[in-house]
Parts: sequence; C-alpha cells; structure tokens
Amino acid sequence: MSHPIKLRAMARPDSEPLIHLDNENLMPLPAPLDKPENIRPWTELTGQAKGRYECGLDDTCAVNIPKPKTREEEDRLVAQFLRGLDKLFDKENNWTFLQPLLLTMEHCTGCQTCAESCHIFEASGRNELYRPTYRSEVLRRLYFKHVKGGGLLSAWQHGSIQLNWPLVARLIELSYRCNLCRRCAQSCPIGCDNGLVAHELRKLFSQEMGISAREIHDSGSMLQLKAGSSTGMTAEIVKDNISFIDEDISERTGIEVHTPWDVKGSDVLLIHNAGEIMAWPENPGAFALILTMAGVNWTMSSELAGYDSINYGVWYDDAQFARVALKHAEAAKKLGVKRIVLGECGHAHKALTVVADRLLTGELNIPRESYLPMLREIVFSGRFKFDPARNDFPVTLHDPCNMVRLMGIVEPQREILRALAPRFREMTPHGVDNYCCGGGSGFAIMSGNNFADWRFQVAGRKKMEQILNAFSDCIAPETPKYLCAPCSNCKGQFRDMIEYYGLWEKNRLLYGGLVELVVNAMTEVKPGFIDWEWR
Amino acid sequence: MTNAVYFAMYAGLAIFLLGCLLRIREYARLPLHLRWELYPVAHEEPERARYGGSYFETGQWWLSPQAVNHRGEFCAMFQEIAFLKGLWEYNRRLWPASYLFHFGLYVSIAAAALGGVGAAIRAYLSGVKFAQGAAWLLLAGKWLGAAGIALVIAGAILLLARRLSDPALKNYTKPADLFNLVFFLVAFGFLAAAWLENPSSVAAIVRGAWRFDGGVHVAAVPAIGVVLSCALAAYIPFTHMAHFIAKYFTWHTVRWDDRRNERGGAIEAKIATALNYRPTWSAAHIGADGKRTWGEIASTNPNAHPNEETQK
Repeated sequence: MSHPIKLRAMARPDSEPLIHLDNENLMPLPAPLDKPENIRPWTELTGQAKGRYECGLDDTCAVNIPKPKTREEEDRLVAQFLRGLDKLFDKENNWTFLQPLLLTMEHCTGCQTCAESCHIFEASGRNELYRPTYRSEVLRRLYFKHVKGGGLLSAWQHGSIQLNWPLVARLIELSYRCNLCRRCAQSCPIGCDNGLVAHELRKLFSQEMGISAREIHDSGSMLQLKAGSSTGMTAEIVKDNISFIDEDISERTGIEVHTPWDVKGSDVLLIHNAGEIMAWPENPGAFALILTMAGVNWTMSSELAGYDSINYGVWYDDAQFARVALKHAEAAKKLGVKRIVLGECGHAHKALTVVADRLLTGELNIPRESYLPMLREIVFSGRFKFDPARNDFPVTLHDPCNMVRLMGIVEPQREILRALAPRFREMTPHGVDNYCCGGGSGFAIMSGNNFADWRFQVAGRKKMEQILNAFSDCIAPETPKYLCAPCSNCKGQFRDMIEYYGLWEKNRLLYGGLVELVVNAMTEVKPGFIDWEWR
Repeated sequence: MTNAVYFAMYAGLAIFLLGCLLRIREYARLPLHLRWELYPVAHEEPERARYGGSYFETGQWWLSPQAVNHRGEFCAMFQEIAFLKGLWEYNRRLWPASYLFHFGLYVSIAAAALGGVGAAIRAYLSGVKFAQGAAWLLLAGKWLGAAGIALVIAGAILLLARRLSDPALKNYTKPADLFNLVFFLVAFGFLAAAWLENPSSVAAIVRGAWRFDGGVHVAAVPAIGVVLSCALAAYIPFTHMAHFIAKYFTWHTVRWDDRRNERGGAIEAKIATALNYRPTWSAAHIGADGKRTWGEIASTNPNAHPNEETQK
C-alpha cells in the first residue's frame, strides 16, 4: 500500500512521526512467519526518547539527535546544514564522490524503476517514505534551490522545498533508512545512484555537523583509531584471544594450529573483522587451520587497526574511511608483506580493495584481495581430502552486497559449496541481483531505541523471505539448516534476526561462514566442526 | 519570415551543440572520485561478464594484465542504446512508452540526417547521379521522418498519461516534466501536420537553409514545426533530458570504471592531485581548517595527541 506522504511533509513543524508502520501493511512473509503467533509486535519508542531526541520520521530513531532547545539553536543547525550542502558540491571538499553525486542530482527522470529494486521499499508495504527517490528528491530540490541559486524558473523546473530544522532532522534519520546496497543504482536506466545519496547525506551530517550514528562513529571508527579495533580489543587482548582460539581449534580438530603474528616478509597479511574473534571464534580458527595446513606463508598484524579489517567510514565519512584504510596499508607496509588478504567481511572487502583503490599510492598501494580466490585454490588444489557427506544438510548462500554486486566476486564461493555441500541450494534472486541482509551500512550493529524492530521487520524482511523460501522444502525443525553468510556484518544481522523470529528454536535454522563448512568437510579434521549450537 | 526560420534552425542547432559540449566539459573536468563500480561490468572477460563476475575472482589478480573486452562493452552499450535493455529488465511496464518515444527520436534524427544530406546535395551539387542519390536520401528521410514523428507522438502521449495517472510519480513530477512532454507533442505535432499537408515541405526548408535562400516559400505549419523542433533541441541540454550525455559518464566513469590503480600510473597522479585539495569541513573530528590538505587530514588520527600525529 502506498502512503500519500508528500515531500513537503518533511518540513512539518511538529515532531510527530510522518508514518506509522503496522505489521498488516508490511510485505507478507512465507511459513512459518505467516502465522499470527509468529508475528512480533513493535516495541514503542519510550517517552524519554521521544522527549529528548528528534524522532519525527517514523516509528524508530537511529541517530538520537538531541532536540534543539531554542529557535536560535535550530537556525544555527540549519545554517550549518546549508554550509555542508555547499561543500558537498565542491571539489576541494568532496572530490571523493562529486561526479557520481552531480550526475545523480541532475539527471534523475523520476521514473521510479529504482523503487522496484529496493528491498526496504517493498518490505515496508511500498511505503512512500522509503522509496529510494523520496530522500533523493528532497536533496535534489535543496541542491537546485540553495546550491544552484534557485529562483522561480528553477522551482518550476526542479520543484521547490521548504528548509527548516524539522526537515533537516528528518533527513538525518532518513539517511539511516537505506542499507547502501545500491541495488537501486544497478537498475536505474540513467545510472543515478540513490544509495550514494544516502551516503552523501550521512557524510554531510558527519563531516560538517558532527552528527552520525553513535555505533558507527564513537563506538566504531573512532574507537578503532584509538584502541585498534571497534570491538575495543587492544593488540594484547586480541593476541590473547587468538591464542585461546588456536588452542580450542587444535583441540577440536586434532590438528595443531598456531597463528603467526607480525612476521616480516610474509606472503600474506590476513586481516579479519575483529568481531569474528569475539563473536564467532570458530571462523578465525578455521582460517588459521586452513592456511596452516595449506602451507601458506601468512601472518596477522598487531599494529593499530591492523588486526581489524572493519572500515565503518565507508558508510558515512570519507575522512574516517581514508584514515582506517591508511592504517591497514601502513600495517602491511611495516611488515613488508606481499599482499593483504581480507577475511569474511563484506564491507572491509569493498573498502580496502575497491574504494581505497583511488586513495592508496606509492608504497601504500600494496596488492589487496579477497580470501575467496585463495580458498578456492586451496580447496581444489588436491592437498586436502574432503568428505562432502559431512556437510549433508541443506545449505543456502547469502551474497554479501559488498563482495558480490559491488565487487564482482560471485563464483568462487559457489564452486566451493557445490563441491562440499551436496544439498546446497540458491536463493532467488542471487549473485549480483541479491538482496541485502538488512544489516548493511552499519545497521547490523545498530540497535538503539527500537531500531532493531525496524531492522528485522523492514530492512531484513526481504532477505528473510528469501531464506525461508530457499528452505521451504525442509523448514520443519527435524532438518537442521545452514545459512552460509561469508560476511561478519551479515552474520550479525542473521544472528539477531533469526533469534528475533525464534527460527533456531523452532526450525533449526543456523547461520555461519564459509570456512567453517570447508573445515567441517575435511577428512583430516575430527568430525563435527560445526557443532549445531546457537551462538 | 524565411530567413527568420533559417536563423532559428541554425541558432537552435548551435545552442544544442554548445549546450552538449558544456555539459560534457562540466562532467569530464570533475576530479577523480573514489572507486564505485557496480557489477556486472560489461567489459569483463565474457564468461565472467555473463554472471557479473570480476577479476577479483582470480587469485593475485594483479599478476596478470587487465583484459578489457571491448566487444562485450560495445554489445552492452548497443543493447542499452538501441533497445533500452535496462528498462526492459527492471521496469517492463514503462518500457513500451519509453521505447516508442526514444526509438522515435532515433528514427527522427536518422531522418533529419538523411534528409539534411539529401537537401545539401540538391543545394550544392548537380548531375544526374547526384540528383538520383539526393532523391533516394530525401525519400528515405521523408518516410523515416513520418515513422519517427508518429513514434515520438505515441510515446510522448503514453509517457504523459503515465505522468498524470500514476500516483507513484506524483511526488516527483514537476511542472517542467509535463511541459517537456507537451513541448515534444506540440513540436512533433506540427511536423506531423506539415508532413500530412506536404511530405516534402520540411525538406524544402532544409534545402533552403543550406544556402540561406530567402527566395524559398516557407509555409506556416512546417515553419512552426521546424522552429519548435530546433527550440526543443536547444532546450534539451539544459534539462535532465541531457541524460544521453550523463549516461556516458554514469556507465563509463562510475558503474564500469574498474581500472586498476597501478603504481606510478595515471590514476596515482590524479589521486596525488586530489590529496592536495584543502577541505573546510567543520566537524571537530575532521580537523580541517582550509589550510591542511586532504592527504594530511587522512593521515591524522583524531584520537592521537597532536604531537603523535603522523604527517604524510
């Protein structure tokens, strides 16, 4: 159902939400989430949150922007926004994305092809507020009015819009209702990029106004640049944890594993998303086992940020992105490794191998690649014997947007699964046409207020539909099922979403990475590496 | 009146060309941006391009030179330009109207080109062979023109109907969007009326325009059609309808730009230029003051004590 939300509603002076989301309006889900008893009610925003923060967009609040106390403060914030808007279209300030942004601003025909590709728009019951062009059209009108000079002719040609603090506050929140998966951009007949618009808005708010989601800035990139990891783990702690993981993996598999640290001149510097070390230790453990057994000359780094591949700046702030990318490259340079290999983390893949390819120069321009081609080479090298029967359970594959649509790594993971998981089945659609898990762009680590409800009920809904459809022939709890998600943030989203809907308890749906399936099938390893325990 | 029509034709076409050049220059002179491609990338190796794969699927991809499949890129561009393939794939409901309109424009442009060349031959060259060739070109231009005009009018009517009736478009339809379609309908409507009145009338104007022949009698309906069409051409580069220019950049410099940044290469040089820009972003963690370069800011840790900052 389409809600008739006008663009001018964004400037409504009250702080009441523009829309309310009801479960009955959302896109229906297949069994078992089609039954009323399995539908989760929404948690309401607390009175405290509504009183303190700007929550005037929808039923949730992602950024917690304090409400200005005076009209003067509002005016000051609007003036700040306008300064940032100018900078967004200035090459000294925004060379990083000026060209694609300008093209998107100046050539959208409003055909709405993008809307049909957006999982959030579809899952919300086609709510106008979440249409990819809604957010973009607001920015476009502001651009023509305030950056290009405006005037009557401009209003006739490009539309008009009123700018006030409520609009800015709602736009801040709305920039955090997009997963930046860029599926909309893939379908645009002109090549406009509405995902980029959300990214650029976040950038304006962060780089000019100092406003961003706390989880990705304060507890994210800032903490990473301070402690070395957004998990808060310092080099000493991470070494301790890896040492414990090595012991555990050695015991579980019967194969001695020892992770090398700071080995100069290694072929490979492996960088994990440090969240794996904390939340899914079997993943770095499996990596260590595979690389050790394959005889790869590899190391990990204890340099600042050198042991955590995350780069949250890629979602909201170019300076933070560049700083972390430089730290990664500096860690590799210091060790003199031949290449950086990224573990199972989608956004880290894109940030360091793709986006940073227009940032790193000279000695910092060290070759960088995904772990997937190397893993494929190891699996098919003949060095190991595999027993696919150990993976004789239904497996489906989630394609992390950052690795697949935005990087073109489609087949290596499939070749491995086809060889080692006899009951592998694809989701529909998949590959470069995949849907985001709903946790992209930082949502997987954002759960403030009731944002988790929105994340699972709306952002992750399309993916949940895909997963349930992929397992529709074996959805009963008698059959354990494995959702392979070779990305740390995607796994975080799946962990939380599967738990939210109770699909582990009721349907035995487990999630995990790809390397775990590889180790699980290795005949030299004790059986049962995948232990079918919830974590 | 005749000379005024010729002047309008030359002015319209000159403004169109100038407007297009200005647009191209504007986009081409923008600085290098961060790498932001989307797969599939058409110039990838054919088997990989089929499913959207990239050279990142190859272990140590930098050890082999980047192969560019020009044939794949050309085929993808041809399918997109000639058939609006993207729209067919992602918005089939809109495709018939849009395709009628755009294909009509292609046919009209082809007709104008054939008719224009035929008229030029008639205007400047003599001899039986030239006369025969011009006749064929003018004949082709006449009938292609009729087809093009009919297709554009049909497409514009359907697009206008959609603009007015589809609630999904309400928020995003500006007065200019409706005006643009009506402009096409009126201009091509006059051309259609001129064709029905005398299929050779427009060609006669064009022939006269080649020599600026004030003696040519120009009837009102074809004259209005020609002047409006040229005004429309002059107007297009200054609107979002210049997406035929934008598409080159959105595809070639964004979606398909998978060029590798090789040490000492042209991309590194452009990055070096960009890293010398001096931003003025105000948030405290950026630490920009208009004097420090982008490169200096990027190599500064906002958590570090000022004395510990590493300056690159």
